[in-house]
Order: sequence, then structure tokens, then C-alpha cells
Amino acid sequence: MSTSTTHSIEVPDSATKAILAQEDSGETLGEKLVINMGPSHPSTHGVLRIVLELDGEVITKAVPDVGYLHRGDEKIAENMTWNQFIPYTDRLDYLAPLANNVAYACAVEKLMGYDIPPRAKAIRIICCELARLSAHLLGVGCYAMDCGAMTVFLYTFTEREKLYNLFELLTGARFTTSYTRIGGMTRDLPAGWIEGLELFLAQFPEKIEETDSLLTRNRIFLDRTRDIGVISKEDAIDYGLTGPNLRGSGVNYDLRRHSPYLGYENFDFEIPLGTTGDSFDRYLIRMEEMRQSVKIIRQVIDKLPDGPIHVDDPKNVLPAKDKVLTKMEELIQHFMIVTQGVDAPKGEVYFGAENPKGELGFYINSLGGGAPHRLKIRAPSFANLSILPHILPGHTVSDVVAILGSLDFVMGECDR
Amino acid sequence: MAVSEELFKKYASRFAERVCRIPVFRGEESWVVDISVLHGLLSQLKKEDGFIYLVDISSVDNFGKDPRFEIVYELCRLEDLSHLRIKTTVQEDHLSAPTISDIWKGANWLEREVYDMMGISFSGHPDLRRILMWDGYPYHPLRKDFPLAGKPTEMPDIAFTKPAPLEGGPFITSPAAIAPEKEPHARPAEVVEGGNS
Repeated sequence: MSTSTTHSIEVPDSATKAILAQEDSGETLGEKLVINMGPSHPSTHGVLRIVLELDGEVITKAVPDVGYLHRGDEKIAENMTWNQFIPYTDRLDYLAPLANNVAYACAVEKLMGYDIPPRAKAIRIICCELARLSAHLLGVGCYAMDCGAMTVFLYTFTEREKLYNLFELLTGARFTTSYTRIGGMTRDLPAGWIEGLELFLAQFPEKIEETDSLLTRNRIFLDRTRDIGVISKEDAIDYGLTGPNLRGSGVNYDLRRHSPYLGYENFDFEIPLGTTGDSFDRYLIRMEEMRQSVKIIRQVIDKLPDGPIHVDDPKNVLPAKDKVLTKMEELIQHFMIVTQGVDAPKGEVYFGAENPKGELGFYINSLGGGAPHRLKIRAPSFANLSILPHILPGHTVSDVVAILGSLDFVMGECDR
Repeated sequence: MAVSEELFKKYASRFAERVCRIPVFRGEESWVVDISVLHGLLSQLKKEDGFIYLVDISSVDNFGKDPRFEIVYELCRLEDLSHLRIKTTVQEDHLSAPTISDIWKGANWLEREVYDMMGISFSGHPDLRRILMWDGYPYHPLRKDFPLAGKPTEMPDIAFTKPAPLEGGPFITSPAAIAPEKEPHARPAEVVEGGNS
């Protein structure tokens, strides 16, 4: 028996491991074992089920099974007016409802041909970036917990709590915000909200560094995540990955920069890119994106424009409540918008927004009138999960937890 | 950013009248393609013109029109972020399209979703199973003749469904299970006596 306490283990890189595992060499360690992971499993962050085929502890085949949270949002959308669907978008990526509200409103506004006023754009950017902070805080916190670092979760959730207090002040709800309307926002920023946001931003960067100091040089976390779940550039594009998962593989594609909407081109921020495409890179990207989001929000606050928060289109945007109650014409418009819906033109558009999980897109096919003929939601988590059968083989079961956490998906959005 | 005029001319000369262009709407370029050249066109767009990112595959049911179904492919060129939409039509009596999962691996799940929701099958697809609904579910819910309330299925041991109680629901614009002006093509759901069992 060896008395040495240290020994070196030769580890092939994960691409080779994957190929070795997929080759049916006949030299299996024993009988292949099929195990079922999920749909109720703490690391599947919702209701994802994966059927894993194991040879010893090594995965040889993985078959993800999605759809446990399918609610038929696309069918529902066809049967209601444009504005009525906004609460359903809260429930897509339920970790960043504000960003979904904005993406959907922007898609319908593209169909309508609206250019919303600068103040509405600025508020929407603040909303999107706050949603990104809250989603990444949860993503990093849960990821750390999946990898055995329990404390980080508590730190990031403390910050999310502060964000939710801000959301509550802004929209009246902590989770199901429904803050946008076609052509604008439900209400303007409440008095004192910007001051509250500034207080949050003043202390937040320190908290990111705290999380960073707990994880980035943490030996256990590094061992769990480095060179695990490596995704090559080509595969990432081929499977349609977007968001931090795509940028973690070193592909420079961020809709905020490359196909700017809401005036993102006026703000100075950097797009972090990974080098190896492993789980650790994806974690680093999320951390850096939070720092960049803070930077963007600060710039927006510095030159927050005044003015209206709706487009000037009385036939399609709800009039002010006091006018509805006192004036005949506004009352009729209010009635028509509520019962018939926003009168959209005939045509089809696709709009993609850079959400915390990736490109959330809406393909809208309209025959005109108050409801879509077809509304297809391009869910980033759906595409991000489709790569699982490709990257899981060759890893051990404990790595599955690390890989799933690093992909940071939401089943509400994947299953729709 | 929309693609250039030359790109269309290049493919129009190659595939003749099987590729046509529809008027640009909101700055988006869309081509309607005959299903017989779909696979060739998409693979050439990827190889020769750099459309390496397949954004999405959607399907549309134009009930009452012939051809009834449309499949919509959204492509993106990463160098200059040009967007291109390729549309093709599928006849109701020949519900099949060529798979493009050999061109983009990500198309695998997207085509499974189209199959699940609309019932269009993809020839050559390696793993054409339902993805969002469960295996063995008999209907394709995004078709226009499928009612919003749902239909009962007879799979008592695996899964059971019955029409959803829509009446009085807070966000439903239709007052009854099927409002003819809202869902003109939907067939009424057969109500199962006694509910689930």
C-alpha cells in the first residue's frame, strides 16, 4: 500500500472524454445503468428531467426530457389582446420578469412601428439591467450552492431582496411585475425611487467583490467547475446558445451591442468573453456582466431624460385616468382599447432582446387587429438546454450538477 | 440589418422562381421558398454566405387556406448581424418537410417542437418525438382547430385531461369555452361524464 498522500491523476480534456465515452468499445466496467434525474431534483432548478445512462460513474448517454411546465403560452396569446398577454410574459423567465415585459413590449412596438419616448427607453434600460442583476445573483448563488458553497447563496439572496424591494416600489409587485404596456410603461418612476436605487448601487459593487472573493479563487469551486462542460465556439453557435453561455465560449454576440435597441448604443459598457468555454468561464461572465450592468444603470441615471412615458397615439395607448373619468373621447378610447385591444397592422416581425439567459425573441405573425395570429417565443433556455446530450457524456454524475448550474436555465421559459 | 439585394439575386438565379421575395416590412427581409429547394438553399446560405446562426423555427397554421401550414426559419449572420427570414409552405395532405437538423444541430429540438405543436413531420429527423407534450398525446395543440380549453384524452393510466373551465376566468376574453367569433374553426370539446378516473 502506498504511503504517499499526494498522487497525480491523468485527466484527459473533456472533449476527448466525451468521444471516449461515446465510443462503444465493449470494455464497459460493468453493466450499463440507467438512472433518472429529476423532474424533482434540487439541481435541475425547476422541472427538468434527464435520463442518464452510466458506465460506472461515467455518463455515456444523456436524454433530457422537457415540457413538465408547459402551459401553452403561445396558444393563450392567440386568444387574447396584445396588452393582456403581458402578465404571461412575467412567467416566462420568472427570475427576470421585467426584462421579459420589456422584450415583449418592444416586439409588439416593432410591429406597430412605434419609437417610444426617451424617458420610457431610459426606464426600460434600468429595468432590464436590474432584472439582469437579480437573475445573475440567483444564477451565481444557486450555482455556488450546487457546487457545495452554501454561504454565497445567502449573500446573493440578501442583495436580491433589496432589488425586489425596489421592484415593489416601482411596479407594485415583487415578482409578477407586468410593468410595460404596448407603447410605454404603466406608470412613471415613483418619487424617491432613483435615490433608493442610488443607495443600492452605492453598496452593491462591494457585495459583488465579496461573492467574488468567496468563489473565484476557491479551490473546491475551481476543481468542480474548471474544464467541466467545455463548449466549443462552433458547437455553441450550432446549437443556438445565446447569452452568457455563448459568450463564455468566446463568441462576441450581444444584442445590446450588436443590434442595439432602446438606445443601448449610447452607453459605454464592455462585453466579457470567455476563453475556454467551461463552466468556470460562464460563472466569470455572469460576475462581470453584473459589474457592467451597474455601470450602465449609473450612466442612465446620470442623464435620465424628462418627458412623456408613452408614445403619442391616443387610439392605442390608454389615456390618463383622470381624463377617462371626465372626458367623453378618452372614455371611448379607453373602452375600445380594453375591449378590442391595440389595433396592430398586418405583417410579421421578429424581435430579439438580450435577456439575462440569452436572446429572448418573439416572432409575431399578425393579420391585423387586437390579437396575434401566431406568437412564437424563442426561449433562450430551450436552446441552451438542447446542447445537454452533446456535452454531458464523459462527465460524472456530480459534474452534471455543475454543468446544469453553469448553464443557468429557467424551465418556465424553456417549456412555455 | 437586412441583407443585400445581391444575395437575393444570387439565389433567385440559382433556384429560379422557387425563391421569391416578399416586400420588406419593418426592415426585415423575408423570402418564400418552395419546399423542394428548402434544404439546399438553407445549407448553401450557411456554407457560402455565413448564416451560421439559426435563431428559431416557427410554424403558422393558416386554417382554411391552401397550403395550410407555414414553417418560418429565422437566420442570422454573425459578422454583420443581418437577419433573414425563410418561409416555406406545407400542404395539409402532405404534412412533411425535410429536416435541417443535419445542417444545424440546434434544429433538432426546434423541429421536434414544430412536430409536437403543429403535427408537421420532418423527414430524416434522427429523433422525431414529442417534446413539450407527453409521448402518446393524440393532438397538436397549436392548430387552429384545437380549442383553447383543450380536449379530453383517453389515456387514463398515463395522463388524463379534460377541458379547462374557462368560464369566468380572469383573463379570458371569450365568455364560454369556445366563442365562435374568437375561435371560428375550433371543434367543441367532448365533455367526459364523471371527470377523471
